[in-house]
Amino acid sequence: MIRLENLTVGYGERILLEGLSTSFAAGSISALVGRNGTGKSTLMRAITGLGEYMSGEIILGGEPLSGMTPSKLAETIAFVNTERVRIANLSCRDVVALGRAPYTNWIGKMQPEDEEVVMRSLSLVGMESYALRTMDKMSDGECQRVMIARALAQATPIILLDEPTSFLDMPNRYELCSLMADLAHNEGKCILFSTHELDIAISLCDSIALIDTPSLHHLPVADMVHSGHIERLFSSPKVYFDPVTGAVRTK
Amino acid sequence: MRSRKTILFSALSVIAIVLFVLDIATGSVSIPLREVWGALFGGEADPTTVKIVKDIRLMKAVVAVATGVALSVSGLLMQTLFRNPLAGPYVLGISSGASLGVALFILGAPLLGVTANSALSSLGIAGAAWAGAALILVFIAAVSRKIKDIMVILILGMMFSSGVSAVVQILQYLSHEEALKSFVIWTMGSLGDVTASQLWLLIPAVVVGIVLSIAVIKPLNLLLLGESYARTMGLNVRSTRMIVFLATALLAGTVTAFCGPIGFVGLAVPHVARALFRDADHRVLMPASALCGAVVLLFCDLVSKILTLPINTITALLGIPIVIWVVMRNK
Repeated sequence: MIRLENLTVGYGERILLEGLSTSFAAGSISALVGRNGTGKSTLMRAITGLGEYMSGEIILGGEPLSGMTPSKLAETIAFVNTERVRIANLSCRDVVALGRAPYTNWIGKMQPEDEEVVMRSLSLVGMESYALRTMDKMSDGECQRVMIARALAQATPIILLDEPTSFLDMPNRYELCSLMADLAHNEGKCILFSTHELDIAISLCDSIALIDTPSLHHLPVADMVHSGHIERLFSSPKVYFDPVTGAVRTK
Repeated sequence: MRSRKTILFSALSVIAIVLFVLDIATGSVSIPLREVWGALFGGEADPTTVKIVKDIRLMKAVVAVATGVALSVSGLLMQTLFRNPLAGPYVLGISSGASLGVALFILGAPLLGVTANSALSSLGIAGAAWAGAALILVFIAAVSRKIKDIMVILILGMMFSSGVSAVVQILQYLSHEEALKSFVIWTMGSLGDVTASQLWLLIPAVVVGIVLSIAVIKPLNLLLLGESYARTMGLNVRSTRMIVFLATALLAGTVTAFCGPIGFVGLAVPHVARALFRDADHRVLMPASALCGAVVLLFCDLVSKILTLPINTITALLGIPIVIWVVMRNK
């Protein structure tokens, strides 16, 4: 679904990732892992079309990103970022309905089938009973679910999420990631999310893309755990990665 | 939910019509309602009454409605675009641009030894104000093509308007009493100085501004979630920004040119509309703000006529408590 061909990203003069070539399949969930400042967000923004890339090509569902119109792109890829959306008087239903924007007319009139998609998206994330509640009175975990429902309503084959689990507590992180895994496996979505949660990525994802500046290792989870990349990249004088348990421990 | 909104819209419309009639019926000369009616709809009335009612009062009431609608809608546009509840039609420096134009015209010209006769000066003030406001808008639009971050544009607009205010103060400091007084009076705002020929400029400009605003209702709804979300839902943020800036220039710029800077209406009225209608959807908020704006300006005009005070003092005294309420509620 997502194919990167010899992709180079960075900002200004600085190259963060160079010559990436890999692909992410439909029906699978992948975690993008890397230390702070290695270019996770820059890569995510490049794939969603929000940011620039320096050279190479991003192919989304068989079509090059560079040749896509904004509306075609909006029908191909949906994005969830870390921004907290808290708008007074805007109900969950309204927020999810905004996801139908690429399909509605100039003033955003909802058709019966749009309403159906909205309710189905809310029920897929288990939030149908919250439809009429406003987001300024909900917890972070609930809000993040609504934002994922909005991405689902956009009815795109690809969903990218930039650190969707930040601000969430431990149980909520696992809940949210297993929800995303279900969506990938049951709905056939291609899901790529960036995270710092190695343990979650290992236990719930199909593959891990690990940034090893300036390249990217993208392997199925089992191969990644035993590849030695994680130990090398995530070790510091105080902590180490244990490939047997898949956890980071202090020395 | 839907019926509540219908009731609110109907109630506000009725209040607007009542205030419109009251506004026409009130003035320094007391004219019985029956004669006002006659003057308006060609019944029995003497020519002086017809002149007062039609040329002065009706005109002023129409200007009040146009001003209220224009300032409130442009305030709503700015608050959504900048995602800032304290943004208003003047955040981009439109009012300071307009006052620079007027200051140069009223204060600068005498300093350079140019004297304008009074007939020319009435249209000249509006023209100078519009030129000043448009100049600022062109600058902001040029900057926003280069700069992606909307907060930077907001800060630049504020800084630019502070700089312009300083220039205006220098002009005031150097000016003579008479020129200074006519400038100060302009800054107090007036709905009554618009002539019939000016109305033919004011109304079309406001109508075009409103049409542009209606065209960006869906983009504004998307922008509620922020620019990243809006862009990934297919929105061209830059062209939306341009349309919003153009609409604001036409709405707030034109009104300010003819009536002077009228404060707090554009800032406060969208919040009143949000509180009344309990909605964030611009399909509801835009007509709601327009209607509330018309009601508020008609009310302020009535009060300013009864107390014979400048309109700006009334809008400020009414608007400031609302702004304070918004700030306290957001805490």
